[in-house]
Amino acid sequence: MAAILAVTEQRQGALRKVSLEAVAAARLIADALGATVDAIVLGAGPVEGVTGLGPSGADRVLHATHEGFGLYNPDGYAATIASIGGSYAAVVFAASATGRDLAPRVAAKLRTACATDVTALHVEGGKIVATRPVYAGKAIQKLVLGGAPAILSVRPNTFAPGKADKAGVAETVAVPAFTQRVTVTEIKAPATAALDVTEAPIVVSGGRGLKEPANFKLVEDLAAALGSAAVGASRAVVDAGWREHGAQVGQTGKTVAPSLYVAIGISGAIQHLAGMRTSKVIVAINKDKDAPIFKVADYGIVGDLFEVVPRLTDEIRKLKAE
Amino acid sequence: MKIAVCLKRVPDTTAKIVVGGDGKSIDETGVKFVPNPYDEYALEAALALKDKAGAGETVVYSLGADAAQETIRTALAMGIDRGVLLQSAGSADGFVVAEALAAELGTGGFDLILFGKMAVDDYNHQVGLMVGELLGLPTISAVSGLTVDGGRVQAEREVEGGVEVVTCALPAVITADKGLNTPRLPSLKGIMAAKKKPLESKPVTLGPGAVSVVGLSLPPERQAGRIVGEGPDAVTLLVQLLRNEAKVI
Ligand SMILES: Cc1cc2nc3c(=O)[nH]c(=O)nc-3n(C[C@H](O)[C@H](O)[C@H](O)COP(=O)(O)OP(=O)(O)OC[C@H]3O[C@@H](n4cnc5c(N)ncnc54)[C@H](O)[C@@H]3O)c2cc1C
Ligand SMILES: Nc1ncnc2c1ncn2[C@@H]1O[C@H](COP(=O)(O)O)[C@@H](O)[C@H]1O
Repeated sequence: MAAILAVTEQRQGALRKVSLEAVAAARLIADALGATVDAIVLGAGPVEGVTGLGPSGADRVLHATHEGFGLYNPDGYAATIASIGGSYAAVVFAASATGRDLAPRVAAKLRTACATDVTALHVEGGKIVATRPVYAGKAIQKLVLGGAPAILSVRPNTFAPGKADKAGVAETVAVPAFTQRVTVTEIKAPATAALDVTEAPIVVSGGRGLKEPANFKLVEDLAAALGSAAVGASRAVVDAGWREHGAQVGQTGKTVAPSLYVAIGISGAIQHLAGMRTSKVIVAINKDKDAPIFKVADYGIVGDLFEVVPRLTDEIRKLKAE
Repeated sequence: MKIAVCLKRVPDTTAKIVVGGDGKSIDETGVKFVPNPYDEYALEAALALKDKAGAGETVVYSLGADAAQETIRTALAMGIDRGVLLQSAGSADGFVVAEALAAELGTGGFDLILFGKMAVDDYNHQVGLMVGELLGLPTISAVSGLTVDGGRVQAEREVEGGVEVVTCALPAVITADKGLNTPRLPSLKGIMAAKKKPLESKPVTLGPGAVSVVGLSLPPERQAGRIVGEGPDAVTLLVQLLRNEAKVI
């Protein structure tokens, strides 16, 4: 019987949430093709959270354990996945920092293409059809994946982790001999252990309207009040050195698709919209009623952010306290 | 130090996208084309590394239509020594593009082969990594910090909630992310000099590819939203709407 391989991710021995999204996407294809789902876990030892893989749709959980697999090991991971990948109908990655690096390596080893950042999947006449944004989200491409296997990565926050109640039977996969050409030596954590904009369910972003870097406190306070929120930024303020590059949303920054995106003092330039227009709900606060951000916002408040945002933070806090 | 940069010609980021008659590609009428923004970071890195090494050669490769010669000239105007155009219609399949580039780059004797992390037209995010695999070279993608010293590379790449530090030996393949540097603008002198720099063109044939584009469409317009109100007094209504209508808080 045909099978689909979902590639999971762990950080410091704990499964990352995008793993369940990759399994959910694999399950979707598998159900349409009448196939099973294997989830592969690559690590240096036991990985916390793997018991969730069965209930999320994995029939089997394949453990590839190697002392060099604690941190991301591009060459070793790619060699391991490629060693079994050829027998699957499709190999599904998350389009995370790791998945975006790993999927093309595996695809090249298997001498086939890769569909990156897929936002919808279906099966037509036995073939997998992937929908994905191109031209910075200004157009949507439909691709028939004819590769054997089809290789794809799914955009974070897009495929909801499923409830499929599969057995998740644990098995072991041998790690083949591989040449380690690059070594990840460490992950430097930022000063604040902040949520990443690509994975947070809520993103609150600030722009040049904040006037100076210290005023980002207003954005951070609102994010904290909302909970599970990451702080994003426009390119104007990133280039000015107010915020880290990792926070930039837009064409040359991150593409985000949270359930709630709040744009504060951001005009809504086309390159910014490219990174956030697929958010489920968009809120804009801007003093200029003609700002283009209002064209994509579901809800807007025209006003001075220095008055509106503190009030909003206050009311959210009250609501959460109820 | 001998460095190659792969450069793609892409529509300007502000270009309005109109779907072409075939329903699969864009209508290029009136569209301005520019060097892929991420490739500009790669070009700048190549120029800075050659300067630091004090000697060497920088070569830019572009696979595409004849019009990509203009894109190559932009790179030459920035200071790249020479250019190679691989004439081809291109492909949505990143692997066949990677194969064609790898065949050309593999014999070039490069210490470093640089790419952008992705092309802003196809968003494939794969060609550099695939070339690295095909050539069997150490490959690091989406690099926003880079030091090359004594035959060793140390790179930083952003990951969710942190920065990954990655090392390898030369020769290597690196794909550039924003934050790596600030690309220089071509000077007037550079633009003049670029006209005389060597630019070789040769046709290449791509494989058929495993993926095929069956449709291109514009994203559904977002429903024009509503202005909830003006000033801080509108906040109460906004919070109610987010809670009861949108159900996101
Ligand atoms: C190749 C290329 C790539 C790019 N990539 C990106 C990208 O990835 N991401 C990105 O964001 N941009 C990108 N840009 C830049 C983009 O074109 C804009 O310049 C940028 O997004 C503007 O940032 P901003 O909205 O913060 O600033 P501005 O456009 O200056 O807008 C500030 C807004 O704040 C409002 N404001 C001011 N004071 C107040 C107040 N007191 N209360 C309420 N509102 C107030 C103003 O009305 C205005 O609308 C790119 C540009 C190029 C050319
Ligand atoms: N047609 C091409 N010609 C030259 N370089 C390319 C071409 N296509 C992709 N590249 C390079 O590969 C990178 C990644 O492209 P992609 O995988 O298409 O997103 C780009 O930033 C370029 O450096």
